[in-house]
Amino acid sequence: MQWLKTASALEPLVSIEQGVAFVRGDWNVQTLSKKGEAARRVALLKKLPKLAQWNISHMGRLDTIGGQLLWDNWGGQKPQSLIATSGQTDLLDKVASGQSNQPQPKPATDGLAWVVRLGEMVQVGWLHARLLAGLLGQLVIDLLAFIGSPRFGPWREISAQIFRTGAQALGITALVGFLIGVVLSYLSGQQLAAFGAGHFIVKLLGVSVVRELGPVLAAILVAGRSGSAITAQIGVMRVTQELDAMTVMGIAPSERLILPRVIALSLTMPLLILWTDALALLGGLYAAKVDLGIKPAWFLSQLPTAIGITNYWIGCLKGLVFGAWIGLAACHFGLRIEPNTESLGRGTTASVVTAITGVILIDALFAIMLNQLGY
Amino acid sequence: MTDSLKPIIEVEDLTTSYGSHIVHEHLNLSVMPGEILALVGGSGSGKTTLLRQILGLDRPKNGVVKLWGQAVQKYVGPARLALTRRWGMLFQSGALFTALSVFDNVALPLREMHYLPSDLVRKVVMMRLKWVGLDERDALLMPSDLSGGMIKRVALARALSLDPELLFLDEPTAGLDPQRSDEFVALIKALHQQLKFTVIMVTHDLDTIRDLSTRVAVLAEKHVLVEGSIDHVMTFEHPFIKAFFLGKRGERALGPHV
Repeated sequence: MQWLKTASALEPLVSIEQGVAFVRGDWNVQTLSKKGEAARRVALLKKLPKLAQWNISHMGRLDTIGGQLLWDNWGGQKPQSLIATSGQTDLLDKVASGQSNQPQPKPATDGLAWVVRLGEMVQVGWLHARLLAGLLGQLVIDLLAFIGSPRFGPWREISAQIFRTGAQALGITALVGFLIGVVLSYLSGQQLAAFGAGHFIVKLLGVSVVRELGPVLAAILVAGRSGSAITAQIGVMRVTQELDAMTVMGIAPSERLILPRVIALSLTMPLLILWTDALALLGGLYAAKVDLGIKPAWFLSQLPTAIGITNYWIGCLKGLVFGAWIGLAACHFGLRIEPNTESLGRGTTASVVTAITGVILIDALFAIMLNQLGY
Repeated sequence: MTDSLKPIIEVEDLTTSYGSHIVHEHLNLSVMPGEILALVGGSGSGKTTLLRQILGLDRPKNGVVKLWGQAVQKYVGPARLALTRRWGMLFQSGALFTALSVFDNVALPLREMHYLPSDLVRKVVMMRLKWVGLDERDALLMPSDLSGGMIKRVALARALSLDPELLFLDEPTAGLDPQRSDEFVALIKALHQQLKFTVIMVTHDLDTIRDLSTRVAVLAEKHVLVEGSIDHVMTFEHPFIKAFFLGKRGERALGPHV
């Protein structure tokens, strides 16, 4: 490689001839970035006695990084007498023009910084809560406006979102629902069989799946799947100023972006829950047949009395709330994305974590409020 | 220096197409050391595509792009790494790493050399920042805090951080106000005079072309239509050149012509 060729391996890099310091060889970034090379050269230069006369004109390659090394050795100024080519002089002038006297300011370190961080976290949490409440209020206003004049509502966007968050999630919710049904039925079936109570599997499976597992499972999947997608999409739209463009055109992002997503998720979530319930029960039915020898026909005939329609209504109501919450949280974090890649990653994570935590909290509230219903 | 007689970049018989849409056909171009070549052409004439092919980001359908006498695709492994350390690129929108501060953006190529002492890295980064007119306080800013003009300057500092022999500029003055644009051109010109790198730039701005370039190559009709000094290029009879250089805009920037 041409540019890596050193001027001559035999000549010393630094030498003193008749009181003049001669510098030879390559002094460019490629050479200096070999292991230990920069330190070695600094040491070589340091060893020289203080000299006023320098000759660098026999040097191979010099660039501003090598120039900086020499410059530092010269103590921040040109030597009194310097023999150099015109190119080297230009280059050293450029190095000189880039020097600054002030040390680079370092961010101050503080022993009590963790207190500040803790306070900031509380503040940020409070800010998010307030903004989410504001978003919810705006959503209600937009919803009332939409109901007031449905003709000009964002129908197209709603239908697209229903397809994306609903229809396209059928596969994954079916798979997970079925497998959880199998696992649950298999494990509890073994325990029940030990007491000779194998036929209670229908009641156990029906209530736990329809009332709790189905809704929560579907909501967690949707939060991970659609929530992150919504956050990332709105976040990128914010970064690329698409949101500003919409606002300038008089299109409210809250009405055109947030409302359709929340409506779509509130509609698809109950349906996805019914679908997940059905598949989980199917998985349970299959495992009960294999494990406990329970006939599918008997299993199915027992289901209506075991579950009761109220549990389905509770599941659907949960779905509605979960869907709205996931949509709201995802949009909220999407709108807070700053124009850098790290913020996008952080925002998406925060959106999914908040959505799932919220789903479980809401579920707990439902469990307490509705504990007298549906048994 | 025997290098100075040989072109740094040779584009030979280049053909590019996206599906049935042909961008370049039998395109030839060479760039000599030390010159500042301006690539000019209408929208969609494939200027940026050509730049990306020279950088090896895109692969042409036919033909070769040679850098220092060797096809860019032939640089692999350590040779490719050494090649990337000889050039710098200023992207149109800066392409700063948004997760890193200004200082770390400029320091990144130097740190990637692995064995440069951190003290030297700090000094060299500050040197680059000072060249482009930024100070110690700016070094701690994040890219999202910067104005458009500052992003360009930080991006230039980053492109220069390894003292490249070859500098690519994609629309260096686009999005800057006229005064900032003139300052930026003057900055690149001064750096070029003292550091003697080779520049290949894509631009639409006639002022930039007039003030900065030593040679102009016009991309039209899928190849280099004409190349040479700006005066030579302007004498060429072609509708695009008439519209680009000889319109009202051209008259304002280049003065009335005969």
